[in-house]
Amino acid sequence: MSAQTATDFLDASIRSATPLLLAALGETVAERSGVINVGLEGAIIAGCLAGLVGAAEFGPMAGLAIAGAAGLGIAIIFAVVAIALAADQIITGTAITMLGLGLTSTLYRVLYGDGGAALQTPTLSPIGIPLLRDIPLIGSALFDQPVPTYLAALLVPAVWWGMYRTQFGLALRATGENPAAARASGISPKNMQSFGILFGGLCGGLAGGTLVLAQVGTFAEGMSAGRGFVAIAIVALGRWHPVGAALAALIFGMASALQFLFQALDLKLPYQLFLALPYALTLAALALASGRYRAPKSLGVRLNVAD
Amino acid sequence: MTSRTVLRALLEPLLAGMLALLVLAVLLGASGYPVGEALTALWQGAFGSWSVIASGTLVRATPLLFAGLAVAVAFRAGILNIGAEGQLLIGAAAATAMAVNLPPGLGAAGLLLALGAGVLCGGAWAAIAAVLRLRFGVLEVISTIMLNVIALNITGLLVRGPLQEPTRTFPQSALIDQALRLPRVIPGTRLHAGVVLAVVTALVIGWFLRATAPGFRLRMTGANPHAAASTGRIDVARVTLLAFISSGAIAGLGGAVEVTGVTYALYENLSPGYGYTAIAVALLARLNPARAIGSAVIFGALEAGASAMQREAQVPAGMVGVVEACVILVLVASEWIGARAAAGGRLIRGGTPRSGPTSAPAT
Amino acid sequence: MERAVVVSSGTDRPVTAAAPRLALGSIRRSYGSVLALDDASLSVAAGEVHALLGENGAGKSTMMKIAFGLDRADVGTIHIDGRPTTMRSPRDAMAHGIGMVQQHFALVDAMTVAENVALGGIGAFSLEATAATIRRIGVESGLDLDPGAIVRDLPIGAQQRLEIVKALARRTTTLILDEPTAVLSPTESTELLEWIRRFADSGGTVILIAHKLREVLSVADRVTVLRRGRTVLSALASDVTEDSLAGAMLGDSAARAKVSAPAPAAASNGPVVLSVTGVSVADATGIERLRDATLEVRAGEIVGVAAIEGAGQRELLRVLAGRMAPTRGTVHLPASIGFAPEDRHRDAVVLDATLTENVALRGAGQRRGIIGWDALRSTTTAMMKARDVRADSEAVTIRTLSGGNQQKLVLGRELADAPPALVVENPTRGLDIRATADVQAALRAARDAGMAVVVYSSDLDEVLSLADRVVVVAAGRIRDVPSDRESVGRAMLSGVS
Repeated sequence: MSAQTATDFLDASIRSATPLLLAALGETVAERSGVINVGLEGAIIAGCLAGLVGAAEFGPMAGLAIAGAAGLGIAIIFAVVAIALAADQIITGTAITMLGLGLTSTLYRVLYGDGGAALQTPTLSPIGIPLLRDIPLIGSALFDQPVPTYLAALLVPAVWWGMYRTQFGLALRATGENPAAARASGISPKNMQSFGILFGGLCGGLAGGTLVLAQVGTFAEGMSAGRGFVAIAIVALGRWHPVGAALAALIFGMASALQFLFQALDLKLPYQLFLALPYALTLAALALASGRYRAPKSLGVRLNVAD
Repeated sequence: MTSRTVLRALLEPLLAGMLALLVLAVLLGASGYPVGEALTALWQGAFGSWSVIASGTLVRATPLLFAGLAVAVAFRAGILNIGAEGQLLIGAAAATAMAVNLPPGLGAAGLLLALGAGVLCGGAWAAIAAVLRLRFGVLEVISTIMLNVIALNITGLLVRGPLQEPTRTFPQSALIDQALRLPRVIPGTRLHAGVVLAVVTALVIGWFLRATAPGFRLRMTGANPHAAASTGRIDVARVTLLAFISSGAIAGLGGAVEVTGVTYALYENLSPGYGYTAIAVALLARLNPARAIGSAVIFGALEAGASAMQREAQVPAGMVGVVEACVILVLVASEWIGARAAAGGRLIRGGTPRSGPTSAPAT
Repeated sequence: MERAVVVSSGTDRPVTAAAPRLALGSIRRSYGSVLALDDASLSVAAGEVHALLGENGAGKSTMMKIAFGLDRADVGTIHIDGRPTTMRSPRDAMAHGIGMVQQHFALVDAMTVAENVALGGIGAFSLEATAATIRRIGVESGLDLDPGAIVRDLPIGAQQRLEIVKALARRTTTLILDEPTAVLSPTESTELLEWIRRFADSGGTVILIAHKLREVLSVADRVTVLRRGRTVLSALASDVTEDSLAGAMLGDSAARAKVSAPAPAAASNGPVVLSVTGVSVADATGIERLRDATLEVRAGEIVGVAAIEGAGQRELLRVLAGRMAPTRGTVHLPASIGFAPEDRHRDAVVLDATLTENVALRGAGQRRGIIGWDALRSTTTAMMKARDVRADSEAVTIRTLSGGNQQKLVLGRELADAPPALVVENPTRGLDIRATADVQAALRAARDAGMAVVVYSSDLDEVLSLADRVVVVAAGRIRDVPSDRESVGRAMLSGVS
């Protein structure tokens, strides 16, 4: 393996990991508040389309912001049904994902014609950090990346600080463990969980925007390709901790980047193998990590009407 | 069954169907399609003639019924199996592999072997998620979704590799031999014997859950695993494992019926998301297998009509996904509004009632 | 920082010197068709210990949840220091210096003591500052806690201290305690009552929900009694007696006659039905919850088990009921044993199943083939009649029944095949006085019919009134003791230091 191959592999790993990390950080916050959001996939695909449309109209950075807003919009629907109406989170989330996939595919055709003429959008160009990007091997992979990568990297300590060093974070974590206790301390579990869902939706939208604006440069139906579900798995692998999520996302990114490495090494293997590999690895990792992690106690449990 | 529940059973699907049409009309209007023309195309495509009902609606309803039954059985047992899609695909792949590799001249026995392969492999695919949950505590929601993606890629791999048709040009399998196909039940239409099999399966599962001891164990385990273990002396892990595998086997049968009754070959995009629509089918039927027949027909009609709508009025088929999602959301939301008084617990799963003191030692 | 216990009533100045600290007037609250409170009133003066009494279901907890903003009244008024107030959430109550320790603690057991104390604040969260507050309160009040300890690892008494420290850290001047001694050992109870007295003497106000009259009279300044959602008595503690309070709580003398216990039967000479020898049970983490336990239960006797929470009685009962396999030791049990576990909704019934299905649940693991529902329906109907289970029909879900009717059906089911042994755990918890009497009578009838009966209750008086013979489980070990209150009470605490 040449140095260039290694650098390319690392670069591809970071690129694959970025949207996953963004989505997983949001989902970490949501799950610590006690909500499992299977609708994350819906938020990501909404972010994909909104990012494309926004970038075409107002440029890539605005596109990224609009992508986040679209994820937030999808999350609002989830919050209304799962929190305000206290419906089952998993079934609601599954419906939200169906909604996101159906809505984006319909809107895309409505906006860009029946064939869905492949609209290209300018992508966010990498911003190099002087000096650091010149470090051999890792320099360009770590310090010559588009904005979302830096955003994701900065979000890791930010989420950690918010969750462990503020009263708000304490209240959020308490809600995920024991909503009744949180309520008795004057906290509104519904507000905490709504915040978790909305933050998760925002991050999911940004992840979708990243996918379009920093990587693919166009939209395709179903292009989120299960990343929302992978992000949920990454949260469990990362043991519901932002730093854990960062490590798990990176590992998943590396598994995805293997296909570039194998192409570079000229190994002829069917591409479906590479597409399926990260999912199989995630399953194996979840099985191996079992027993050593503990989910928030009230995760997925609906609040009582009174809460 | 009281007259009130019978009324509810008839009224609910009707209301859901009307709701679906309303959502669709709003969506069509909002995206600038001719509402009347599109809805007419939908109606014509779903119920326009006997031949459309048989070849379109009922043929579409068949895999939805199998997958819906798979979801209903799992949910009744307290298992959130979102993996009917993958189990159906693996069942279809297994049935195809069996059918194209059998020596000629087996006839009906060969068909049974192909269907059996679908049942076995669908069950085995679900068993992976079951073992991951029971042995390693991996949430089945996550594992089954992962397994769906893997199953889709396995299918893609098979139709480009070991199962690819002889000319090695198209990503699909060889055609299944005439003798191994499900017979047509109405001549001149595409309605195959699979629809009968699906209805019989629904009725048998309904009877099994209602009348038999294992069916009772499954329901009680799903409704409250703690009481099932403590009072019923039920082996909850065993019941969960068997129910999960059975759920996968039913979905696998659906896949096998689809390739031997409709497509006659394995394609990568064999399923337009039957396994996900199945969740709506099961919920609308309130997880009752017999009622799933009706709700599968409603969603079959919606999908068959949507194809016609796409042909005639150029309405993207993705819109049906939106309609289905809205129906699920309204169903789960109304479930709760109706049951507000009886607060606590979860919709499907027994869950852990939070009645005990926090100090009680965990068991 | 201010002292936690303030002599005057917090931030709001009293409008008049005579205005009560907290007054609830004509409160009405219904849940569906059930009227929990109907014209209930309570007036608590600053600096007093006010006992709120009533039997289970009288509405005490509901009333206090309304005072603390956890529940809202349909009709009624709340005045604090003479000012009309609305309580939308616990936050409002806390702003008025009101704190509450609920019967089921509101603690996050995966978190530390400090995190639990800090919960509900705003701004940045500093572990060090919270730990300092906890230590200061410990010095001032004598309620000592390790700020870094994880709540789940704390004994029950320490968890209760934590609940009180949480309230004090929020500068609570009015503390509501819901059945605080129910989970405590006699020594711990005494210490708590002494603390309550000191808190009130230094200017704090305490509302104490309780049902142990002796305890109440030892500490309270005034008492208010609720019966079926109405205030029936409000008086100085010095003006009432145990007997007059019981009269007010129960209402009619017939009900009281029913609860007074018949004398225990003579020692049984029947054959041994349940026998465990040298039995130990270890939990998932390998800690032995029950150690080297040996016990024989004979036909025709009720063996009462007395223990403080977590002493190993839970494991002992499950081994005796054949629901848990011991890690060591030998057991000799009959094939069929009736079992009524304490957490009924979790372990004994399927709330959304019909009465018949709940009856069919017993033995479902062994059932084969097709279920004879017709026969089971008539069995259930007959059982409802025999056990006085009030329900519209056998086809309603058990969720729609009251706790007492649920428990009577559970007992009927567990006794239906006349098993040689019956094991029950807190059989009357949460039941009203008539259902309690019915359940206790059913247990005696089972004994008289020759069954071997094992009863555990966290209410020591219930154990003593039912049992022919008492064994105490303390720190995982079984002790035989004379069945008088003093010996049992002492034995329960042995091994706890």
